[in-house]
Amino acid sequence: MSILFGKLSWSAIPLDEPLPMVSGCVIALVLLGVAIWVVRKGWAPYLWREWITSVDHKRIGVMYCVLALVMLLRGFSDAVLMRTQQALAYNAQGFLPPEHYNQIFSAHGTIMIFFVAMPFMFGLMNFVLPLQLGVRDVAFPTFNSVAFWLTCSGALLVNLSLVVGEFQRTGWLPYPPLSEIAYSPGVGVDYWLWAITISGIGTLIGGINLVTTILKMRAPGMDYMRMPMFCWTALATNMLVVAAFPILTATSAMLLLDRYLGFHFFTNTGGGNVMMFMNLIWAWGHPEVYILILPAFGVFSEVISTFSGKPLFGYRSMVLATLAICVLAFMVWLHHFFTMGAGGNVNAVFGILTTVIAVPTGAKVFNWLFTLYGGAVRFSSALLWSLGFIVTFVIGGMTGVLLAVPPADFLLHNSLFLVAHFHNVIIGGVLFGAFAGYTYWFPKAFGFRLHERIGKAAFWFWLTGFYVAFMPLYWLGFLGMTRRMQHYDVAQWRPWLLVAALGAALILIGIVLQIVQLFTSIRDRAQLRDLTGDPWDGRSLEWSTASPPPVFNFAVLPDVQGTEAYWRTKAQARDQQQLAQAPDYCAIEMPRNSPTGVVCAFFATIVGFALIWHIWWLAIVGLVGAYATFVVFAWRDIADEEIPAEEVARIVGENRSHRARALHAERQP
Amino acid sequence: MMQFRRIGRTALVAVSACLLLTGCGAPVLTPQGPVGRGDVKVLFDAVALMLTIVVPTIGVTLGFAWWYRQSNPRARRLPEFDYSGRLELVIWAIPLLTIMFLGGMIWIASHDLDPATPLGSQGGKPLEVQVVSLDWKWLFIYPEEGVASVNTLAAPVGRPIHFRLTSGSVMNAFYVPQLGSMIYTMNGMADTLNLRADRAGDYRGLSTMISGDGFADMHFDLHAVTPAQYAAWVAAAKAGGPTLDAASYAALAHQSANLAPFTYRAVQPGLFQSIVTQQIAPAPGPPESARSDSHVFPKSLEPQ
Repeated sequence: MSILFGKLSWSAIPLDEPLPMVSGCVIALVLLGVAIWVVRKGWAPYLWREWITSVDHKRIGVMYCVLALVMLLRGFSDAVLMRTQQALAYNAQGFLPPEHYNQIFSAHGTIMIFFVAMPFMFGLMNFVLPLQLGVRDVAFPTFNSVAFWLTCSGALLVNLSLVVGEFQRTGWLPYPPLSEIAYSPGVGVDYWLWAITISGIGTLIGGINLVTTILKMRAPGMDYMRMPMFCWTALATNMLVVAAFPILTATSAMLLLDRYLGFHFFTNTGGGNVMMFMNLIWAWGHPEVYILILPAFGVFSEVISTFSGKPLFGYRSMVLATLAICVLAFMVWLHHFFTMGAGGNVNAVFGILTTVIAVPTGAKVFNWLFTLYGGAVRFSSALLWSLGFIVTFVIGGMTGVLLAVPPADFLLHNSLFLVAHFHNVIIGGVLFGAFAGYTYWFPKAFGFRLHERIGKAAFWFWLTGFYVAFMPLYWLGFLGMTRRMQHYDVAQWRPWLLVAALGAALILIGIVLQIVQLFTSIRDRAQLRDLTGDPWDGRSLEWSTASPPPVFNFAVLPDVQGTEAYWRTKAQARDQQQLAQAPDYCAIEMPRNSPTGVVCAFFATIVGFALIWHIWWLAIVGLVGAYATFVVFAWRDIADEEIPAEEVARIVGENRSHRARALHAERQP
Repeated sequence: MMQFRRIGRTALVAVSACLLLTGCGAPVLTPQGPVGRGDVKVLFDAVALMLTIVVPTIGVTLGFAWWYRQSNPRARRLPEFDYSGRLELVIWAIPLLTIMFLGGMIWIASHDLDPATPLGSQGGKPLEVQVVSLDWKWLFIYPEEGVASVNTLAAPVGRPIHFRLTSGSVMNAFYVPQLGSMIYTMNGMADTLNLRADRAGDYRGLSTMISGDGFADMHFDLHAVTPAQYAAWVAAAKAGGPTLDAASYAALAHQSANLAPFTYRAVQPGLFQSIVTQQIAPAPGPPESARSDSHVFPKSLEPQ
């Protein structure tokens, strides 16, 4: 039996534990229900043809965002469990024993970073970059689909651990020696390792793809210094991905070798050294936080400029700041373990280097300020997210700089102050950025806006919820409470944990409102429709095409004359009171959709699952399958399909007539 | 407007009342020794320095956004204003100067408050304490007194304590918030930490690094007592309890949580060194029975 099933047996399914079983069943029922609904409506072939096998960067971008939103619900449920447990577990065990509680905070961190923040940012970049650069697709469209589906594969494995086996209990990073086979003999750490290895390869592929796209595939005249700010931050982010993710994969591989083949990279015995793990994991881990925040900085730059009706202030200074952050990101990893006894010189150097990052970041904040200055500010919900970001992020940045001061870190390392700090920058920075981008580009992706009023209500609940949930955590850090406590007996901590739980409830209302917003917006899409493709009076090229953009994005690649390419075109049209002359349309070749990505990820999931449970034959089957998928793809006869010139003219003509009408309406209010 | 102000004032009073009620004894902010005092001073200096920028920045952001709202007819619009060399100079200079100042602070403080730096001659010769973190309890060895204790620690007030710290199994971090600086314990290596308690009292200590299922119970009290009381404590420890040698250490190293504090009347000399140099093998981790099963963890870890 063990040859057939490895370590897998019925005891792997926690039938005696209601929490994972019930939630697992609910998730399974919901998925089944959706599947049945889709099939009965006859949408399955459409989904397969137009989405699952799509190599269109816009569709892949949307799917990345959908993955992130779904995983946000999972990660947030974990957060609610944690806040409830800590609210109850004063002088008591609460409702989660340590072996569960430890899995929950580990899963929360892993999911929020790898399967919410990362896919959300990758989704926005995928969707927006080619449109802003004025091109028709990313450099490697099929590769792009592979990257997305591998990320899904990792997410699937992490969620599978809920009902088959267990997840890791070491925190979101598997610090050895706790994560070594001697101290974590179960499959939890293996789930993390294989999920992160598989999705990490996906992320690396995505990064290579986007760097190549930005460096090699810009529209004619789109010089580097004419690119919108979001493209610059995306370039910096993806360079970081290309440089940092191989470190993560290598570190995971070393820990896997330790656990599977008895190697001694990080073990207590046999010459292993845990400090090597610390250095390696944070050499990836610190750049990772800039990988997350830089695209968000890009989103805010676009949103603030658009809704102030002004160009971004200090464009060159912003580019410089972005690149400075990109370089400095690699020089500060040691601040994650000031408390491991490195000594005064080392701590001081890394402390100072860390605070230096505040210089370009501060410069960015001031540039956003002066973008608002002299503008005509429209308080749309996307702008609210951006203002909420500036206010919140400055506080988070301040506490971050404080933690970069070694003696302060000696008091606050691993405390709830630290937890409050990184939620302060990740929620207030990354997530607010993701929501701003989601609101801002939603009409571009679907042709109708999201409900503004519900969106604003969601923003206010999120913002107050964030402050109510996390300000008490800062204070709890001063009360000496450390993170990851399953129970406690300090009366002083309790009131603040109750307040934090209330904050989580407020955030929950915010999330519910966002779901309501999405559904009512879809229901009322006729009223919210935007036919011009430029609902916010935008300035960059993505607003010059229809919403949703045609599969080829641009009928004729734009000829870029300066920064804010579309603003110039629009100003000219306003001056001359007519649209520019329609060019002659040609037939366009676009890459054909391909199931390579989804099939390859299917086999990758099998490989991961088989290796986690030591089912060696199945792992070989999966590897052969994944390889065969690539061979089949490499042998394809037809790579592109042609869209005839008349079809192009028809699609573009429709949008042009709407724009002409809008221009006309502008003249005669 | 008046009403808002009143609500604001009530909220302020409520919050400060809360802070006073629970905050007076904020352990991290009420240090009882020179190390904690030094750390907290640096912390406050850094916060004060940064607040001078952060508060105006938040104010100006909200101010600009509000004043330049589209519906404000009095706002002067500058739709083309996107560069000013002078402003850029200020924009970069403000954070740069702040960080240069803070950087200087960091350089000095990192050296002054390095945990390995001895605390000077005040209070006499430092008390030697060897710390071993185990799953899931703390072992404290007093090599000079020849006694040891589990989950409790006594030290004379005013005398520096020189800790050498290691781990018998996974990583942990040793932290007594009211005395200052925490430090990690790791198997196969020893860290150094110097602390001093200037006032008598029971100071709670804890592990700040997740170390497995019994982690939440890995706390202890540090009893800072008068020299006479300390001598009495040592004498009492010597009077009874088991002996700590390789065999009883191996028994202690097995996983257990929430152990009631106890003392050892004698300690095998050089035990700490043998743990650091791994002559004594690292603790075994979960028992064999837990390994065969794929998810169920022994329930024997419930508090005793």
